[in-house]
Amino acid sequence: MISNSAKPIIEIKNVEKRFGSVTALDGVTLDIKEGEFFSLLGPSGCGKTTLLRIISGFDFPTSGSLYIGGEDMAEVPPNLRPTNMVFQSYAIFPHLNVAENVGYGLKKLKLPKAELERRVNEALALVDLKGFGPRESHALSGGQRQRVALARALIMQPKVLLLDEPLSALDKKLRDAMQIELRRLQQTVGITFVLVTHDQEEALIMSDRIAVMFDGKVSQLDTPEKLYRRPANRRVASFIGVMNFIPAKVVSSNSKSLVIDITAIGKATLDADEQYAAGADITVGIRPEMLTILYSETADDKDSFAATVNARSYYGDMTYYDVRINDTNIHATISMRNTAGRPVLAPGAKTRVSWRPDSFTIIANV
Amino acid sequence: MANSSEISYLQQPAKRTFWSIPKAYQDSARGYFLISPPLLYSLVMLAAPLVLVVLLSLWTQNYLELDRTITLKNYVEAVTEPLYGLLISRSLMISGMVTLATVILAYPIAYYVAMFGGKRKSMWLLLITIPFWTSYLIRIFLWKVILGYNGVINGSLMGLGLIEEPLTFILYNANAVVLTLAHAWAPFAILPIYVSLSRIDKSLLEAARDLSDNAFQRFFRVTLPLSMPGVVAACLIVFIPTVGDYVTPKLLGGTDGLMIANMIQIQFGKANNAPLGSALAVVAMFIVAAISISFVLLTRRFLKTKG
Repeated sequence: MISNSAKPIIEIKNVEKRFGSVTALDGVTLDIKEGEFFSLLGPSGCGKTTLLRIISGFDFPTSGSLYIGGEDMAEVPPNLRPTNMVFQSYAIFPHLNVAENVGYGLKKLKLPKAELERRVNEALALVDLKGFGPRESHALSGGQRQRVALARALIMQPKVLLLDEPLSALDKKLRDAMQIELRRLQQTVGITFVLVTHDQEEALIMSDRIAVMFDGKVSQLDTPEKLYRRPANRRVASFIGVMNFIPAKVVSSNSKSLVIDITAIGKATLDADEQYAAGADITVGIRPEMLTILYSETADDKDSFAATVNARSYYGDMTYYDVRINDTNIHATISMRNTAGRPVLAPGAKTRVSWRPDSFTIIANV
Repeated sequence: MANSSEISYLQQPAKRTFWSIPKAYQDSARGYFLISPPLLYSLVMLAAPLVLVVLLSLWTQNYLELDRTITLKNYVEAVTEPLYGLLISRSLMISGMVTLATVILAYPIAYYVAMFGGKRKSMWLLLITIPFWTSYLIRIFLWKVILGYNGVINGSLMGLGLIEEPLTFILYNANAVVLTLAHAWAPFAILPIYVSLSRIDKSLLEAARDLSDNAFQRFFRVTLPLSMPGVVAACLIVFIPTVGDYVTPKLLGGTDGLMIANMIQIQFGKANNAPLGSALAVVAMFIVAAISISFVLLTRRFLKTKG
């Protein structure tokens, strides 16, 4: 894991990028630390790919500055940067075989043939493609093409490896396996990885830190766990996973704790690092798995509410319920694991649902 | 079976029409059907005359009459007579130079349109066809005006005092033929090169940059190899027809610039020896075919780029 003191390898300072009248990046400032797996996450059009292209040197910022390894990149073309890229299309050269593709960037080092071959084989072994060197590149499957693209970039021993939606062209099974493998590969080689993705699950699984981007701005930069548990605002909260938003009123607030009255649920005392005026309207969020169905109408749990099942979606291992809280019009989504002996409730069923105060998080209304 | 009548009605076999032949047959039948008009046309207009020419080359001209005994006499003459050898090798030389000049001049134009054409690509392609808007003969005479003894080039150079007397090496020789043909065939070279260049995935070019190539290295390692199919096609498209060109050397070639097609025309005309002319045509055809095939075989390794 990456300690907080690791020095930044990439410093992005107030970068703006405009294409004609379109603003792709609207003042982005962030640091990427040496050796971390960093993800740029956001919906399409949020500017994440533009930011990656600016880091790689294929685009230059309209204003602002970029430092890699402490050096200003304003005048440095992509071929002279200590970065290498895995392209979304993989960009495997069709006229070269696998070994020639992987060794492409080393060609001008004029290495002895045996040394070049050794390094190519080493890179191929790293991505589990031992013996694929003589294969023609058009005879490769999607997953193999991706590995070749990885080997071709890693052989250059870049300070930073840039990955542009590298898994989006693979099927689900292969994608799941590659997520784990990419993460393992990153820890093996110890190079900083910067991943662009629109898939929140992918980002959560692989990254040390994630920058969530909307409309050309970084909305929140945090570890996967903090992003999921304490999303900074409503947009981040609904982009990553499922979140129930419930209006609430501040009862009292001091520097340590916050007492709120959650609509339809009741009073709760939360730890708070921020103070609110008594009587203020706020929104709290709670994840579906933080609410627990008690499968009994009469269960007596201090922090619980009565609920009526409105609809359910059965996923095999999980069931998602849409419930009405205390017969009000406030709905919540609850996920329950289908463990042994646990029934699947039918719509109309009445039950109780328990919660814990620290499961609620305050959502800024941005 | 209460409603058996209805069922038998529904299960009636479909009428056997051309379109209901089993799928595999249907596809090939449809294919033949589609190509039959052009196939018929090329049989009548190309294959039949070709057979006639081959037949004619095996006969002999006996003053005013054709002797229809089969003989290889014409071929022996065509191959052994030094003049014909000279004309054929000159034709190959001239069209080789035309091909080289055309492709070298066409490549940058095709590159520009494919890489930097942007939204104006079709405008550029239209502009490239402009020379075809006038007749080839008129263009030849324009070249005469430009290259002639009192022509545009000589006139301006003498007016500037750069030369004392008109240059004579620019008209009525092989140079003039090469110049004119290269200009005339440029669009045929530009288009196939343009097509193969514009099919190159832009991310391949970025990948080359990313793997530390500068612009030059990238061109020779990625762009050029990937555009070779277009270059090979352009070479063949220009080389094959120009070997047999007849008008250009006739009007601009003088005596040094005469090519094999001019000799074939003389045999069919003034010399009144159509069988010898046919034999020369067949020999030239085989030489061009042999050169083209070996060219394709030699460049085959550049052509295996299909992703």
